[in-house]
Amino acid sequence: MTTQKVQVVEKIFEANDQLAYQIQDQLTKAGVFAINMMASPGAGKTSVILKTIEQLSSKIRMGIIEGDTAPVTIDSDKVTALGLPAVQINTGGQCHLDAVMIDRALKHLDYENLDLIIVENVGNLICPAGFKIGTHANVVISSIPEGDDKPYKYTNIYRGIDVLLINKIDLLPYIDFRMDYFQQGVEILNPGLTTFSISCKTDEGIEQWVDWVADQVVKFKNQLNA
Amino acid sequence: MHELAVTESVLKIAEKHALLANAKKVTDIFLVIGNLSSIVDESVSFYWDMISKGTICENSKLHFKRISASMLCLACNQTYDLPGELIPCPNCGSFQVKVQTGDDFYLESIEIERT
Repeated sequence: MTTQKVQVVEKIFEANDQLAYQIQDQLTKAGVFAINMMASPGAGKTSVILKTIEQLSSKIRMGIIEGDTAPVTIDSDKVTALGLPAVQINTGGQCHLDAVMIDRALKHLDYENLDLIIVENVGNLICPAGFKIGTHANVVISSIPEGDDKPYKYTNIYRGIDVLLINKIDLLPYIDFRMDYFQQGVEILNPGLTTFSISCKTDEGIEQWVDWVADQVVKFKNQLNA
Repeated sequence: MHELAVTESVLKIAEKHALLANAKKVTDIFLVIGNLSSIVDESVSFYWDMISKGTICENSKLHFKRISASMLCLACNQTYDLPGELIPCPNCGSFQVKVQTGDDFYLESIEIERT
């Protein structure tokens, strides 16, 4: 009997990462821009998506992928009620979406006839940060009632994202939320991050966010045609 | 976080490399984990014993090498390790800092037995 050490050096997330790159490639070739929307439960992911649909769906062909841990269609029903294609993923208790689930979901979405897909990840500030899903942009929504210490506690989710939305700013007068402290934490993790303060209740800041999305889609299309 | 999914991934990688090396048995698994990659060693070990049963990795031992989360202060150029929570530069108090290490999460090597 001989024992031997075998050098491996393989990233644990390698298989998922590879599939995510494939998905991104596939979406790029089809000319559809994809956004991964992450946040804790109740931060307003679905509300932001519905607002975005309201403002953009007449100009841009949109589709939505909804991730939930439970076998419910509450979120996707809201999207289909607006006449948009939606696919519901039930993760069966798993705390995040991964590339395999997106790969499967795309088979149920006529994405070649879309310009934009928004993926609503499972409500969680920890796990989705580790799993690439093949989107072109990553967005996190924080909300005022969650408190100002979140960047200090859930560091990974704020890194590697392209946009931060601070939602429910209409609640600022009622909650002790130190915006400076919050943004200082974000600055350490993701210097110069594009940030929009919004309220789905009063519509404050929604226009700026929606403009950013539309802008990204246009830039993406222009790059493809260049 | 999602330690079960992570542990399954470790098993797949270990099995693949054991097969490539014509192993009869895997005795040891060496993982490298950066302190920023929110992985709990005990949970991985717990799932490991369960899911490695009946595989070439059954009864193998997991070893964890931890890499500290090291930050570089862009204001005063000092480096420092994060104590667990996010803190500004302890030398000059600046928040203009950059993560240098701590993101690692990979399977470094396995130890195998051959017939």
